Amino acid sequence: MRADATAVGPGGGGALGRAFIYGLLLVFAVIFLMPLFVMLVTSFKTLDEVHNGNMLALPQHWTIAPWLDAWGRACVGLSCNGIAGYFGNSIEMVVPAVAVSTLLGAVNGYVLTKWRFPGHKLVFGLMLFGCFIPFQAVLIPMARVLGLLGIGNSILGLILTHIVYGLGFTTLFFRNYYEAFPTELVRAAQIDGAGFWQIFRRILLPASGPIIIVTVIFQFTNIWNDFLFGSSFTSGANVPMTVALNNLVNTSTGVRQYNVDMAAAIIAAGPTLLVYIVAGRYFVRGLMAGAVKG
Amino acid sequence: MAFLEISGLRKRYHNLEVLKGIDLELEKGGFLVLVGPSGCGKSTLLNTIAGLEAFSEGEIRIDGEVVNQLRPSKRDIAMVFQSYALYPNMTVAQNIGFGMEMRGVPKPQREAAIQRVAGMLQISHLLGRRPSQLSGGQRQRVAMGRALVRDPRVFLFDEPLSNLDAKLRVDMRTEIKKLHAATGKTIVYVTHDQVEAMTLGTKIAVLKEGALQQVGTPAEVYNRPANLFVADFMGSPAMNLLPAQVTGSNGTAALTVARDGGAPIVLRIPPSVAAARLAPGQPVILGIRPEAITDPAGADRNSPWIDVQEAHVEIVEPAGSDTYVVTRAADKEVIARMRADAEVRPGSRIPFAFDLAKAVLFDPGSGQRLA
Repeated sequence: MRADATAVGPGGGGALGRAFIYGLLLVFAVIFLMPLFVMLVTSFKTLDEVHNGNMLALPQHWTIAPWLDAWGRACVGLSCNGIAGYFGNSIEMVVPAVAVSTLLGAVNGYVLTKWRFPGHKLVFGLMLFGCFIPFQAVLIPMARVLGLLGIGNSILGLILTHIVYGLGFTTLFFRNYYEAFPTELVRAAQIDGAGFWQIFRRILLPASGPIIIVTVIFQFTNIWNDFLFGSSFTSGANVPMTVALNNLVNTSTGVRQYNVDMAAAIIAAGPTLLVYIVAGRYFVRGLMAGAVKG
Repeated sequence: MAFLEISGLRKRYHNLEVLKGIDLELEKGGFLVLVGPSGCGKSTLLNTIAGLEAFSEGEIRIDGEVVNQLRPSKRDIAMVFQSYALYPNMTVAQNIGFGMEMRGVPKPQREAAIQRVAGMLQISHLLGRRPSQLSGGQRQRVAMGRALVRDPRVFLFDEPLSNLDAKLRVDMRTEIKKLHAATGKTIVYVTHDQVEAMTLGTKIAVLKEGALQQVGTPAEVYNRPANLFVADFMGSPAMNLLPAQVTGSNGTAALTVARDGGAPIVLRIPPSVAAARLAPGQPVILGIRPEAITDPAGADRNSPWIDVQEAHVEIVEPAGSDTYVVTRAADKEVIARMRADAEVRPGSRIPFAFDLAKAVLFDPGSGQRLA
């Protein structure tokens, strides 16, 4: 693709035109990257330097103290143990929630495409509908359900909530992917004597790499970044990272420690960035896989 | 008792009946070909035999046992799919061995069986490859290997050659025929290609819109098609079907095929029909295959049923081994198949020899063949 672009550009594109395009892209890249840059340099400055220096300048005295503070000593609400525990909360929440919702979505997609039953369209339609319900609308019913189950204000409650609300999306992803999966393979396996789960595990799952990656990235990003459910259903020591970050920034005791806030924010954003950097190229590839077969 | 018996099989989707009461029998070691145009229900029929699709009414028996309620894996059948349906994540050996693995056959036995079948199909050197690394013909062999290795009671083939190019298709057709001769297995084979049906089958069932049109040996279906549909579908180029009229009666009865601007073609009543049952003036359709219309020198000397008529040559199509000559009668093109070296020029008027021993008559109303 790159070769195409340099060899024969769109009509009318001379050297000047290309310079303009790249210049424009550069400007926007700078605009988008500016906040991240400010966060990064601020997190390595001393508080004095933050208050007195230029926001865009590089630190004169590099220090990792703000990072250590953010991780282990900063005050979130009344406790001053840093965000480490909340980071752990988020990991504890996101790993099972992503794993279970992805797996259930795969099973749903498998059934909705290869083992159709009367009314399968309605079931799928309702699940799709679930994707479009604003989360705010379900807060109170969900709180009631969590209360009845006795898992209010717990990580387990958040896991359940995220699985339920992720299921619509994961099912949609897998259904569309398996729709293009040759049914003759399933039939061949049936004749070979494989059962429902064996076909799923031995035939479909090994061919599902791209869509699993798409779903995992999507779910991981959504669940990790969720603030609403976390702040509504948990409190105190049970809140996930996003809520803790908010609490950290809003805890007003003495001077506002911008450098610590910035370090904490970067830590909070770290996992989703990491997931995207590691698996991002599979993400686009996976999204394309459904559209262009093979 | 037949080995595979299908009786009164019906399948309905909502109000649409896709199989309209199928009755079929196949003896052990037979090769039944289900043939028909797309959408005729032949693949659906095969899938019901396999147990992959449910049906509404009727019964399927294999070796005397009713298998209606049995799952595909319990019917002791193997199937070769149109797309080959090889598991993409497994090697050739794993593909062939998957069925045995699912049935809990111990590994050493599995390996031995895979080796045996791979040797038979000459794919031993491919066992470690994945399907994506194989050519079309090789995939086809692996798909057959997967079916063969299980040694099932019945083999089902669903248009297995339709994805191959023309040359390979002919080669694989011969291989399947050899395989059938060598193993003596009972086979049900679906195709829309009437040449495949003729060359492979010991028995042909022609389907149209979910109903059986004719069941018989390839020769019966070809020479004595039960109705106009079968006559037109089997054979290439297709059988000439000419509207004609019965003139005279009993001893002097004859067929008259009208011609634009000329005397009609008058032929004797073919021996496949009881002349006594035809009424004077009755409209019929004369079915006569291109190879039964020749130049007089190329006609069957032993046939007492040759009638020679002159006609105007419209087009000449040399096909190498034969020359197809097109003339016109009853407002239709009539194709004759002459020797390759027959001297025929377009626009000329030449004698055509009609071999009425190979002709049939149909009722234009019902489309059925007259006997």
